[in-house]
Amino acid sequence: MSKIKQKDFGTPASTAEQLVQLEIDGFKVTAPAGTSIMRAAASIGIDIPKLCATDSIEPFGSCRLCLVQIEGGRGMPASCTTPVAEGLKVTTQNPRLAEVRRGVMELYISDHPLDCLTCSANGDCELQDMAGAVGLREVRYNPVTTHLNATKDQSNPYFTFDPSKCIVCSRCVRACEETQGTFALTIDGRGFDSKVSPGQNQNFMDSECVSCGACVQACPTATLMESSVIEHGQPEHAIVTTCAYCGVGCSFRAEMKGEQVIRMVPDKDGQANHGHSCVKGRFAFGYATHKDRITKPMIRASIHDPWQEVSWEQAINHAASELKRIQAKYGKASIGGITSSRCTNEETYLVQKLIRAGFGNNNVDTCARVCHSPTGYGLKQTFGESSGTQDFDSVMKSDVIMVIGANPTDGHPVFGSAMKKRLRQGAKLIVVDPREIDLVKNSPHVKADYHLKLRPGTNVALINALAHVIVTENLIDEAFVQSRCDVASFNKWKTFIADPRHAPEQTETITGVAASDMRAAARLYASVNNGAIYYGLGVTEHSQGSTMVIGIANLAMATGNLGRIGVGVNPLRGQNNVQGSCDMGSFPHEYPGYRHVSDPATRDLFSTAWNVPLSLDPGLRIPNMFEAALDNSFMGLYVEGEDIAQSDPDIKHVHAALRAMECVIVQDIFLNETAKFAHVFLPGASFLEKDGTFTNAERRISPVRKVMKPLAGYQDWEVTQLLSNAMGYPMNYQHPSEIMAEIASLTPTFTGVSYEKIDELGSIQWPCNEETPTGTPIMHTEEFMRNDGKGLFMLTDYVATHERITPMYPLILTTGRILSQYNVGAQTRRTANNMWHQEDRLELHPHDAEDRGIVDGDWVGIKSRAGETVLRALITDRVQPGVVYTTFHFPESGANVITTDNSDWATNCPEYKVTAVQVTKVSQPSQWQQEYLAFSEQQLEFLEQGLSNG
Amino acid sequence: MKIERLIKMANDISDFFNADSDKEVAAEGVKMHLLRAWEPRMREAIITYAEQDGSGLSDLAKTAVSRLPH
Repeated sequence: MSKIKQKDFGTPASTAEQLVQLEIDGFKVTAPAGTSIMRAAASIGIDIPKLCATDSIEPFGSCRLCLVQIEGGRGMPASCTTPVAEGLKVTTQNPRLAEVRRGVMELYISDHPLDCLTCSANGDCELQDMAGAVGLREVRYNPVTTHLNATKDQSNPYFTFDPSKCIVCSRCVRACEETQGTFALTIDGRGFDSKVSPGQNQNFMDSECVSCGACVQACPTATLMESSVIEHGQPEHAIVTTCAYCGVGCSFRAEMKGEQVIRMVPDKDGQANHGHSCVKGRFAFGYATHKDRITKPMIRASIHDPWQEVSWEQAINHAASELKRIQAKYGKASIGGITSSRCTNEETYLVQKLIRAGFGNNNVDTCARVCHSPTGYGLKQTFGESSGTQDFDSVMKSDVIMVIGANPTDGHPVFGSAMKKRLRQGAKLIVVDPREIDLVKNSPHVKADYHLKLRPGTNVALINALAHVIVTENLIDEAFVQSRCDVASFNKWKTFIADPRHAPEQTETITGVAASDMRAAARLYASVNNGAIYYGLGVTEHSQGSTMVIGIANLAMATGNLGRIGVGVNPLRGQNNVQGSCDMGSFPHEYPGYRHVSDPATRDLFSTAWNVPLSLDPGLRIPNMFEAALDNSFMGLYVEGEDIAQSDPDIKHVHAALRAMECVIVQDIFLNETAKFAHVFLPGASFLEKDGTFTNAERRISPVRKVMKPLAGYQDWEVTQLLSNAMGYPMNYQHPSEIMAEIASLTPTFTGVSYEKIDELGSIQWPCNEETPTGTPIMHTEEFMRNDGKGLFMLTDYVATHERITPMYPLILTTGRILSQYNVGAQTRRTANNMWHQEDRLELHPHDAEDRGIVDGDWVGIKSRAGETVLRALITDRVQPGVVYTTFHFPESGANVITTDNSDWATNCPEYKVTAVQVTKVSQPSQWQQEYLAFSEQQLEFLEQGLSNG
Repeated sequence: MKIERLIKMANDISDFFNADSDKEVAAEGVKMHLLRAWEPRMREAIITYAEQDGSGLSDLAKTAVSRLPH
């Protein structure tokens, strides 16, 4: 537990190396050049009164409370905007300063409600604190006109804007600009009429506000206040933990009253997020205590039966007995399990251990199968390690940022804000995306220098064209290639890529991107000191996903954009623990640390540690499990925290496979879509109810800390342990720290990781071992992690997807996600985030809409070779003609009814991003949707029956 | 295991390695990928198919499958 308030130094830290010595109130102080006097004073415990300054934003110098006097200097400069200088002698307190400060405070309070005792900020109000600090004892003014009757804005579900309490310090406005980069707030009017205004005098919900909470965080009074604090009062203790949403892995302080979370506040010391947050992590945590949580284990004989609540012992014994029965009947390889990126490292490690050691096979897979498995493959082959190369802070040194198939402002919003900050500082931007994401031109003061608006499915043709320009125009970093890369592979690649068939002029008919733009973008990327590539699922979720990852790696190596700050190849991971779940050996062919199951030394290591013989054959991947189920050779599945019945492609096929299995065990916090096909339900714990670690997209292992008791009684690792023991494979961990100790003892890149060190350092970026005891922010600085230390170039021929447009299916459907919802929506749909996004819609270009007689809001049928569903239309030129787009956050949308079984050649990652479809105006839901609705209602009825009988 | 699915997967793998002009290297690449990524049931099914028919496999895939250990 920690104190509620984090120290505020008033202004941001300076990163200058030069140190300056000065004297403040007679005390000697040493501070980096560029540090404000206010911060230097705070660093030795002298808190100069302030209101408009806070250390998350640049100083503004408007409140006039932080005035100081400097020996030999004139007047009373503001300490927030005055930098330290050698030999300065500063006085922060004297009668003259005190008088001025009291006068300023008197003016502020003359137009402020005197309702401190009933105010929601009572106990956490900087204005109140400053009134005390300056010794305000009376207010002589009695203004005729005030703002005391200003109307509250309660449009936002998570916070309230009460302008009667506003002191117009502009902290909210500046936070929205500097920290978030949305520029949704402004100070409207002048003088007495000045007021904070969202958008064009709109309320918060109608404005551009993205509800990140930066303004609430910055507000020194109760003007912008979490509605939960207004309702419940101030929290009394805080516990630092890690967000369970996207791969940014923000650090939060769960501010508590007993076991109730009052608010989640982004941790200023968070090394991934530096005190920033998004609407999901900051506010959308209410799902953890939602009424839909299931807290009792349940079993049933068939999915056509009602559920029956049972004890933990009964449920675990039944599950183990069923799994053993299936193995006895169908063979050892007839069961398996799926881990989830929503679970902790320790939990995923334990599930894969149960399967390899307890089930006796390697049939373990994870949801990374359907997102970043090509990243794992491609970067392992080329760089020798299945991970991104940089830390997030690296982007602040990039000169050119290339964003490929990612939408950081929606998918990874906190990192997106950092990226926007760097772009506002002048870095150039290349966007490679079929759709006009916000970064292209819809973010204030950010505009892409090149938007390569390619046709879905042509990534590899485009990356080859960029590489062709770099090779044929002699833009290669020869020194880097010769010293750091496998030269033979480079020479082979160079000959391959120089072939005229890869030239932009030859491939523009494939990609749909003008050759001149491809040439210019390639020159830009290769011509600057630091070129960085950030990519997402628009790269991986293709039939050539792995080829594209390799192509990106080739490009970065050829231009020497690796091994230092500001450059690199950076996969933006979708879920909070995608990196971690992969690191922990969740893939069927790899042990923890990405070591192949056929490697005798590694297998011996694990076999000895786990005291059991281990299989040398790779196991089934998720789609292979489905195939085997329909073949009656895979009949039992243990799924922890994953919702394959909604998230996986060609859903009708998935549902058929799940129906074919004899025992599906789902461990989750809700009766998710997969659980509707289950025979055993084991209630899981949310991230607030468990201890463990998550590893984010920059390989940062961060602590997850239990802030409340598990609602169902057990943390997820304990449930896995119970199941393992019932299966006859003993496990006896007392705490997740013991699991991490085992991981560290068996995994070379984790040997230096421990809970003690994570507590000490806050977080650790692996590799962390003897050579790098405090972790590795940037990888491959001296050599690559392949056996010979050299980066490997690989050949990347463009191969067109099997998915072709035809007169029957003339449009290409591609998918993505939106800021307010998260993946399958199981969490965010159970929060007020639905106010921003209540349904998935189909975006289509005005031309395609007009051709079909479709207007905005019409119900449209989307039919592919795999199936059909119905959504409402959203007409927009964000998509190009011939391309349609939707999100996939609502199960009834059936986005994956239409996606196909095409997949990446290397990893079977589904080709979600390319589906040929026809779109027509319709008047009723699709047959699948009607059937799904009936099935779902029946399953919920079975649940109700189980709960009422329990 | 649906053999059509396995044939498509094997051919897709071969399409990647086929970029190498040295077809010996390419065939070894496909073979190693099948060995390291495919579960035994899948390998057995594709070997059986290649031995009994094999017409759906590309030349490179066929060569690679023929080299897989039984």
